[in-house]
Amino acid sequence: MGDILKQLQEAIIIGEPDQARGLATQALEAGVAPLVAIEEALNPGMQVVGDRYERGEYFIPDLMMAAEAMKTAMAVFEPVLMARQEQRQVLGTVVIGTVEGDIHEIGKSLVATMLSAAGFQVHDLGVDVPAGEFVEQVQETRANVVGLSALLTTTMRNQGVIIEALKEAGLREQVKVIIGGAPASPEWAQIIGADAYVENANEAVAVVRGLLGSHKGGKMRSGGER
Amino acid sequence: MRPCLQFLSHETIKRAVSEAYDLLRDPGVRIYSDRARHLLAEHGAEVDFEAQVVRIPADLAHQAVETAPSSFHLYDADGQPVVHYGDDDVHFDPGSAAIEILDHGANHSRSPVTADFVRFAKLADGLNALDGVATSLVCADVPQEIADLYRLYMVLLYTRKPVVTGAFAVETWAVMKDLLVAVAGSEKTLAEKPTAVFDVCPSPPLLWSEITCENLMDCAQYRVPAELVSMPLAGATGPVTLLGAVVQHTAENLSGVTIHQLVNPGAPIVWGGSPAAFDMRTGTPPMGAIETVMIDCAYAEVGKYLGLPTHAYLGMSDAKVVDAQCGFESGISAVLGALAGINMISGPGMLDFESCFSLEKLVIDAEIVGMAKRLVVGMVERETPLALEIIRQVGHTGNFLSMPHTRRWFREELFIPSPVVDRDFRRNWEAKGSLDVTERAHRRVEEVIAAYEPRELPVEIVRELEAITLRAAQSAGMDRLPSW
Repeated sequence: MGDILKQLQEAIIIGEPDQARGLATQALEAGVAPLVAIEEALNPGMQVVGDRYERGEYFIPDLMMAAEAMKTAMAVFEPVLMARQEQRQVLGTVVIGTVEGDIHEIGKSLVATMLSAAGFQVHDLGVDVPAGEFVEQVQETRANVVGLSALLTTTMRNQGVIIEALKEAGLREQVKVIIGGAPASPEWAQIIGADAYVENANEAVAVVRGLLGSHKGGKMRSGGER
Repeated sequence: MRPCLQFLSHETIKRAVSEAYDLLRDPGVRIYSDRARHLLAEHGAEVDFEAQVVRIPADLAHQAVETAPSSFHLYDADGQPVVHYGDDDVHFDPGSAAIEILDHGANHSRSPVTADFVRFAKLADGLNALDGVATSLVCADVPQEIADLYRLYMVLLYTRKPVVTGAFAVETWAVMKDLLVAVAGSEKTLAEKPTAVFDVCPSPPLLWSEITCENLMDCAQYRVPAELVSMPLAGATGPVTLLGAVVQHTAENLSGVTIHQLVNPGAPIVWGGSPAAFDMRTGTPPMGAIETVMIDCAYAEVGKYLGLPTHAYLGMSDAKVVDAQCGFESGISAVLGALAGINMISGPGMLDFESCFSLEKLVIDAEIVGMAKRLVVGMVERETPLALEIIRQVGHTGNFLSMPHTRRWFREELFIPSPVVDRDFRRNWEAKGSLDVTERAHRRVEEVIAAYEPRELPVEIVRELEAITLRAAQSAGMDRLPSW
């Protein structure tokens, strides 16, 4: 049993989703409780991945594949957790998307992946997302964080529109709003009443942890488009 | 003989183009413009209106490539055809749309305002190495709704050179066209003697936002040249293999040529781009990476194979200040782009992933441009025999300096740099204050700006430009244009 968990951890570290799925299934079959597998294989695996990135041994594709492996393993564990009425500990629930009128995806997706790998429950709404959809999703998922991405000087205004919509829906108090994207800035965050501006995906993890009251991490830019 | 650079064999180009045609059919292109989807559907493309995906048949794209012109000119204020988009002719213009500016000596950048734009325009107008200007700064002192057209307004007031520009919204394109028409006199004259080219950027992978797609079609309709700026980020929004990125770039640009030519066959369009090899450590799009330059030069080969004018964003750096990295990245990429015979190379002046402009960098880059242009002229056979006579004439005295032959040829053979490039004796250099290149560049910035000669636009045209811009400003909630 310990062997399976060790292998599962390794599958996360080397970023092999198929292996991770198989090993997660094996672990369940061997009677390992999902929460134990998450605690003893997945989380420490992601920790190693993070450390290797910090040391410069790992690069973004390594992080992304590890996160994918983590996701496939979680997909195996989640139905069992539900059935057992257990919950994995998540650091928070995040609704994230690129604002209406803007179809730029990569920076937002990097942030979503990194947050998810760091232990947040992430609902990625995709691109060109209207304000109303953010509001609905925040209500539905009871999110405590909203991430708004915009890559264009012309669409960044919609970050403010969404914050207003959250206020109108009476949800602004329950969520922290982070904004990002090439034209955004800390000053812009202040103008539109966001809680924080984040420049890159790792900073997003650190900032969100900070906003929700836990510790901070390293740095990685996500401004992948122009 | 003109020196040239080649990355792709004929065979490889053909394969890349063939794969690109295949991609246009499957998975097709997602297009957020209703007008474009209907246009393509009318011409036989298979359209999934719900998914907004258009599958473009190869013959439709191929036909568009055939109707697109292989060359055209851009004209300056005097009606001279100073930029030739075609063959292996090489031109340079500054990078475009910086949302930051770096002041001399500063480590922090800031938002540019109108006064910065005026200085930029005067400088760009005065630097002879630059064949065109660009709407390089996005001014923060006007509403963002008019930021695109406002910079064109400023450029038209201050410079005589052809303009590389672009619209940020669907509606503003028409206002920008009106500004150009105000100077040209009529839409017909503007179409016959275009003074500006509009960048239109598909979004990788294989997407067209409504804004850029509408801009593209408007350009076609009025025969204002359009410049396709496909920008796959190798490894992030496109394949990490450099050739893979070229294939995606080809498919994206082909979809643009198709839409454009369906609107108006024969309208001028440029095979351009701004791809980058994604940085796997930091997650940035480095414009100074050697692989970025390789993708650019290779896609230009594809464009030439298809018989289209070419463009690229090169001559830039990802450095944050005007330092050695800034110099070597800009130098390497500008030189390689020139060797690749890219018709318009946009980028001088630009730092920090094409987001920050430096006037000092612009004048340094002008020297790089001068050298790159000299380079592509190549080794010229000035005389026959090559040198037999002159060497015999001088014999063993070793003094060519006082020969008429030297004075006859040196201005053509040698690129003469401005004092930005230091070639002085060390003692003289010290006597002049031991200035490094950035300091020398700063002095030159001030000199060129001081020597600026105003563009003499008829007063009624100036009034009309102002009226058009003011109307747009007022509808964006700004009562008066900034004064400077």
